[in-house]
Amino acid sequence: MKAISKVSGRAIPFGRKNVDTDIIIPARWLKTTTREGMGKGAFETVRREAGNVFDDPEYIGAPILIAGDNFGCGSSREHAAWALLDMGIMAVIAPGFSDIFSSNAFKNGILTIELRQSAIDRLMEVAAAAPIDIDLDSQSVTTPFQDRYEFQIDPFRKHCLMNGLDEVGMTMAQDDAIATYEERLTQEKPWQQPVMR
Amino acid sequence: MPKTLYEKIWDAHVVDQRDDGTALIYIDRHLVHEVTSPQAFEGLRLTGRKVRRADLTLAVPDHNVPTTPRLDADGKPVPIADPDSAAQLAALARNAPEFGIRYIRATDREQGIVHVVGPEQGFTLPGTTLVCGDSHTAAHGALGALAFGIGTSEVEHVLATQTLLLKRSKSMEIRVEGELAPGVTPKDLILHIIGHIGAAGGNGHVIEYRGSVFENMSIEGRLTVSNMSIEAGARAGLIAPDEKTFAYLKDRPMAPKGADWEAATEYWRTLTTDEGAVFDASITIDAADVEPTVTWGTSPEDVVPIGGTVPDPMSFADPSKQAAAQKSLDYMKLTPGTKMTDVTVEHVFIGSCTNSRIEDLRAAADIVRGRTRASNVKSVLVVPGSGLVKYQAEREGLDRVFVDAGFEWREPGCSACLGMNPDKVPAGERCASTSNRNFVGRQGPGARTHLVSPAMAAAAAVTGRLTDIREL
Repeated sequence: MKAISKVSGRAIPFGRKNVDTDIIIPARWLKTTTREGMGKGAFETVRREAGNVFDDPEYIGAPILIAGDNFGCGSSREHAAWALLDMGIMAVIAPGFSDIFSSNAFKNGILTIELRQSAIDRLMEVAAAAPIDIDLDSQSVTTPFQDRYEFQIDPFRKHCLMNGLDEVGMTMAQDDAIATYEERLTQEKPWQQPVMR
Repeated sequence: MPKTLYEKIWDAHVVDQRDDGTALIYIDRHLVHEVTSPQAFEGLRLTGRKVRRADLTLAVPDHNVPTTPRLDADGKPVPIADPDSAAQLAALARNAPEFGIRYIRATDREQGIVHVVGPEQGFTLPGTTLVCGDSHTAAHGALGALAFGIGTSEVEHVLATQTLLLKRSKSMEIRVEGELAPGVTPKDLILHIIGHIGAAGGNGHVIEYRGSVFENMSIEGRLTVSNMSIEAGARAGLIAPDEKTFAYLKDRPMAPKGADWEAATEYWRTLTTDEGAVFDASITIDAADVEPTVTWGTSPEDVVPIGGTVPDPMSFADPSKQAAAQKSLDYMKLTPGTKMTDVTVEHVFIGSCTNSRIEDLRAAADIVRGRTRASNVKSVLVVPGSGLVKYQAEREGLDRVFVDAGFEWREPGCSACLGMNPDKVPAGERCASTSNRNFVGRQGPGARTHLVSPAMAAAAAVTGRLTDIREL
């Protein structure tokens, strides 16, 4: 994961609620064995709508997406996060996120920022005209019009994001603790493993 | 301190507790399929890492496999026509042996949808943690396993370390007491629950389903309910294991045997929420309020009793929901006030990890016997959840019931639930489906989906419209 501390730029005022990961990236785009190139399929069905924000030249290459509540619900496909990254999205701001999407976004260095609906409404207005700044260190979202919203983030996630840490590598360094747990498990619940009898 | 079932399973799996609230959680079981694993295996290869516990991992192809016959007249595997599907399936067939993981082939009788195969093989056990790169992993909670879907980065993390870094979720109790009325199935109940708490109602929570309705429910029914926990936003569902669970698991191929079985059941009997344990949220539903239920929109929360009508978007209090409902109705091509039973369908899909088990097929066959496909219905796909379900159904003659009625009896897989294989609903056409998601484009670009129970799907197939099975 690349370290990330600030995201600044235009924000796509999407605003829609219950955006599922089938909307972010439809199933036909999942037939791949790599993580790249999925931006082409991102929001495919929304892009069929006339006047959609994703094809508005104003927002091409914008690094921030503003959405409604329960963003990323449904399928666990990490392809949704990869598709956003491929579009150049580095942060999503919404009143709430699905648990799995939020975790997938984090693993890919995408910030998922939860703000109350009134803040979202204001940022939707601002997004139409001006850039937005997100600062992870101070946990704040600001606009050129003196708006300032603070957000909460899990301290562990913040630490990993700011330092660009490789989670698998970090956990592998705890191999002794895992081995100790496994020894205890074998003693206490020998019937539970191995699976292959 | 009294504990919930969730807390008991969580506490038993903490390898390391960090001060910031994150815990390293041990994963007992890992199911792998072809769509969400290639990039994880590639990640291991690039870093020279191995699979820590291949013996706790089981790989099954399910999403891309066609449901047409898999062997030709000479008994040779039929090639997969779609090159992208073929490549993804080939990647799993290559990765599993390379990393020492047991792999069920598409042509094996044990093959099926991962969430049907896990319980059926006794891979899923009460009190274990089970993950899969698929959100419907929530299904396995029906057996008292803490089971949830993960992304591909997490798949790689579990493959390499057999653990996940997690924060404990909040707990939600959904209690349903009383008895479901005749004609009301577990699918109707879970659709009703999602309508009640909303598609985001369970976000951040693990749901435990409690009360007499779940105690009296079959394991197949519990799997249907727990499966759709994710459609209410909950990452996992749980139902305390009981004698029904043990009877279901006994003698399954991967379940403990002999003295191990005795020791296992002794432990499993402790897996209940203690008297006095506190949930972060509690919802109570009266079983008598649940009717046969269908969806009208493009979110699983868009439900209405079959006797109801398409709602007016303006009837919703929340302005954002009004706009969403209008968009849904435009997509679904429905007019407010239309009776749900006047909605005609061109397609019916009976299958998916929600409703493709033997009991589901029996319920559908019971409706179909002596009836035939309605003339306006172009296709009815019946896709068993696994080769073993298919075999059992054929022993019971259910395949004949479906074929005689003009339905198609297919090979197991995820099929038209998400249409990654050739099974899709054409654009602009309408499908009564026993699957779990009525999202825009889910069953194919432009496809319109109504979620229903297996009995209601069968009824729609023979009447050509959404139907109240109590009036059939």
